[in-house]
Amino acid sequence: MESLDSIVLTILLFWPLVSALLVILLGRSDSQIKKGSIWASLLPLGLSIYLLFAYDSAAGGMQFEQFAEWIPQLNAGYHIGVDGLSIPLLFLTALLSTLSLYYSAGVINERVKEYFFLMHLLEFSMLGVFLALDYVLFYVFWEISLVPMYFLIGIWGGENRGYAATKFFIYTLVGSVAMLLAILGVYFATGTFDIVEAAAAKPFAGNLTLASLAFWGFFLGFAFKVPSFPFHTWLPDAHTEAPTAGSVILAGVLLKLGAYGMLRIMLPSFPEASVYWATWLVGLGAIAIVYGAFVCVAQTDLKRLIAYSSVSHMGYVMLGIGAAAAVMTPEGLASAVNRFGLTPQAIQDSAAMALNGAALQMFNHGIITGALFFLVGIIYERAHTRDLSRFGGLATKTPHFYGLMLTAAFASLGLPGLAGFWAELFTFRGAFAIMPYWAAFGTIGIVITAVYILYRIIQNVFLGEYDPAKLTHWTTVQGEHADGPTDMVGFEKVTMWPLIAAMFLIGIYPTPLVSYFNKSAQELLAFVQNLI
Amino acid sequence: MGDLGYIAPEIILLIGALFIFCLDVAYDPGVGKKSGLSYMALSALFLTAALVAAVLQLNISDPEAGPKVAFSMMTIDNFGSFIKLTIFSGMILTTIAGGRYMNRRSGNQGEFWTFFLMVSLAMSIAVSANNLVLVYLAIEFLSITSYMLAGFLRENRRSNEAGLKYFLYGSIASAVMLYGISLLYGATGSLYLHEIAAAFTEIIGDSREISGLAFAGLPAMLLILAGLGFKASLAPFYQWAPDTYDGSPTPVATYLSTASKAAAFAVLARFFIVAMASFEVNWVPVLAAFSIITMSMGNLAALRQSSVKRMIAYSSVAQAGYILMGLVAVTSSSPSAMDGLNGVLLYLFAYLFTNVGAFLVVMALEETVDSTHISAYRGLIKRAPWLAVMFTIFLLSLTGIPLTGGFFGKFYVFGAAIQRQYFWLAGIGMINAGIAAFYYLRVVREMFFTHEGEGETLEVPMALQTSLLICTVATVWIGVYPSAVLDWVSTASVQLLSVVP
Repeated sequence: MESLDSIVLTILLFWPLVSALLVILLGRSDSQIKKGSIWASLLPLGLSIYLLFAYDSAAGGMQFEQFAEWIPQLNAGYHIGVDGLSIPLLFLTALLSTLSLYYSAGVINERVKEYFFLMHLLEFSMLGVFLALDYVLFYVFWEISLVPMYFLIGIWGGENRGYAATKFFIYTLVGSVAMLLAILGVYFATGTFDIVEAAAAKPFAGNLTLASLAFWGFFLGFAFKVPSFPFHTWLPDAHTEAPTAGSVILAGVLLKLGAYGMLRIMLPSFPEASVYWATWLVGLGAIAIVYGAFVCVAQTDLKRLIAYSSVSHMGYVMLGIGAAAAVMTPEGLASAVNRFGLTPQAIQDSAAMALNGAALQMFNHGIITGALFFLVGIIYERAHTRDLSRFGGLATKTPHFYGLMLTAAFASLGLPGLAGFWAELFTFRGAFAIMPYWAAFGTIGIVITAVYILYRIIQNVFLGEYDPAKLTHWTTVQGEHADGPTDMVGFEKVTMWPLIAAMFLIGIYPTPLVSYFNKSAQELLAFVQNLI
Repeated sequence: MGDLGYIAPEIILLIGALFIFCLDVAYDPGVGKKSGLSYMALSALFLTAALVAAVLQLNISDPEAGPKVAFSMMTIDNFGSFIKLTIFSGMILTTIAGGRYMNRRSGNQGEFWTFFLMVSLAMSIAVSANNLVLVYLAIEFLSITSYMLAGFLRENRRSNEAGLKYFLYGSIASAVMLYGISLLYGATGSLYLHEIAAAFTEIIGDSREISGLAFAGLPAMLLILAGLGFKASLAPFYQWAPDTYDGSPTPVATYLSTASKAAAFAVLARFFIVAMASFEVNWVPVLAAFSIITMSMGNLAALRQSSVKRMIAYSSVAQAGYILMGLVAVTSSSPSAMDGLNGVLLYLFAYLFTNVGAFLVVMALEETVDSTHISAYRGLIKRAPWLAVMFTIFLLSLTGIPLTGGFFGKFYVFGAAIQRQYFWLAGIGMINAGIAAFYYLRVVREMFFTHEGEGETLEVPMALQTSLLICTVATVWIGVYPSAVLDWVSTASVQLLSVVP
């Protein structure tokens, strides 16, 4: 296995690109492209599972690292590696990609070759962001992830797809360019593009103005992607117009890139600025939680509702990251200690807990919202509308669908025993010790979440009497006429069950997953404390 | 060989131009289509020979060797050779692609390709000239031949308008520049760039205070900037550009917006960095202002265009603003990897292939459906998938998306600006990148986002396809593995910066 370990990440990274090229070069018939793509996507999935087991948690740190020269003039190289934070996210990426390809094979019948090419390309770019340990490489993957998603929304999207795709592209591009400027700033301060080395070299230590500029440069880049309130306005449009698999990947993985960037780059590189601006991060996170939830209640479009719920749920991530950011320096830690008379150790533990909560929320949100978007797609394929007022009483007509939706919605709401609960618990428990008021404010969101989940989704769509007059043009998933709603078919069940199983698994026994995140959270805290 | 050997590229082009001219006179002009294409082939051949000569002069291995001087008026250094390499590549690609286009539209093929080689010759001289009179003559030579080429389609009113407009603006710009040169001569008593620099250093000295005759340097600088800024289509001297690009035959628009612009930037860079070194504190803010106005005006105007040719015309104005940003951030002392001059050169090189490619796509659509309107691009992915894909790559490169050459160009000029701590300049560049993305994407949207599948497959001529493919490969190559180009770029800029007193 030694030889495999030395190149496993490169295979994992480039295999989707190879798949994409194979689709273009060898793809002949639609069914062959579909089958080939699904099979091909199993390799990254398998490798990411291998990484889960092969990663040496006891040793921690970056493992399976690889380095090759790329642009020696700039000291920028092909440097990739994984740690406890990125491995579960790689798994999430590979899992959702495979499921999306599998689901798409059932519903996409137009311009199949392009579609599968773009999906592979998208997976390639997302894996690249999670793997890259070099700023230039990171930025390259970060930016090119825009392109396939832009086309996915624009070609296979709904009515208003051109507008939504362009908005998505331009918003994230502006954020990215801000990040590029910050990256360049870090480069000139440290002389390296290596993410780990640059953080260790303490860019702008002692110069809060420049550090803040760089911090906000990165923040803009990441906040547009997360999306953090008030940078979220592209998200509902993009989601509403995107094809199902596009929404799944967008919510499941692309949003995580932003939060991942904050954890990987912002906190370790700019501890002083992090402390200084932590309240802002927490505040934006808490506002997003509450605001997003309120907006959800007002939605009439099911998909738009789920989209806004992402804004709310990614707020938890921001809340957790922000709370931990507040104690990145000894001064920050001391001021948190003074405020509540907790011991420094207790504050440290809370920070780690907040980080764990944030990371866990990233993973869970990927699973849960991914599942919800699949479910919305499943009903849309039949009803050809997402208007909530047109639904009602589907529980008896489509019991399987009802059951899965119920599970996913409750997971999203944070019901104990399902995945979402632990993330919320950790985040709030961690944040409460450090930023109690904002954390308390954020909890309002939990209540509102219950409102829109129970009232808007469960009651509106499933409960009550089924009224055939509300919606008359039902079809089957193949597009043939049907007299009423039909239940999920085989390929849809196969798509859904892995995600549902994951929700239960993590809900009942989160320890294995948390242990990965906890390792890197501890490392992050130890890293910045040693740095100062 | 000596001095003659140093100017080998220029000699080759001169022989080529005269050869085609004589051939054209000897044979009856307008015999038929075959002869037009053979002139094109000859022109491509001579340009390739000149390219080889320029590459041979590029001294990568020994950057310490220093520049050579030919006939005391031309500096043969890596900077000039690299720009020549860039320019000739663009001219060759344009030639190969444009042969059929011109042959169909005009009977005077011999004349056209003679002028085409003359234009190349003029640019080649301009980028090497180290004497202001030679600079002026070369720029005039370039301008006059360009006026003719822009208005070459004599029966076409738009082409006539393009030529005339270019001429009217251009002649004023030249006069202004000449006045600036005379001021410099009056102040320093010399027309050689390095002697001007030395004279100013003596007057200004270490005190960095402008006094006495040095005052003449400031207006002279602005006047010369106006003249060269006209060629580089910098705001506010860019008004001719969209009309001229739009009305000219597309091969002419292609080189005007790429090769000719690269030449103007090379002259600009040489003039400011070498001759005006003492005035750096003065020209940096001026160029920064020009950069901001140029990119903002270009981008805002491009937003409203419905002709793709015109849109790219405005976009190339905006691109000049980014390139200028690199020049603003040149660090004459202690050059580093991300020096502004490196940025200018890399940007020019990447931009050349990208923009030539973009214009060639426009040309392909003109050849097949005879339209430049954006609606002609609707559903292009169905009718000519590779054309649509290549155009998308060029547009992404112009936007500055990674894995294309345009990204590293922007990366470098932004990097240079950040290095000099011109955060506001970089910030405005950032906003402009967002605006620009909007109109580039509009074309992508038209090409891909429609489900209408009507229209038959487009038959793009073979030669045009070849050129397009080369542009695509070059654009992606610079974007994926810029290392080789960066080596050339840095030897080129080191040699120019090393002569700065």
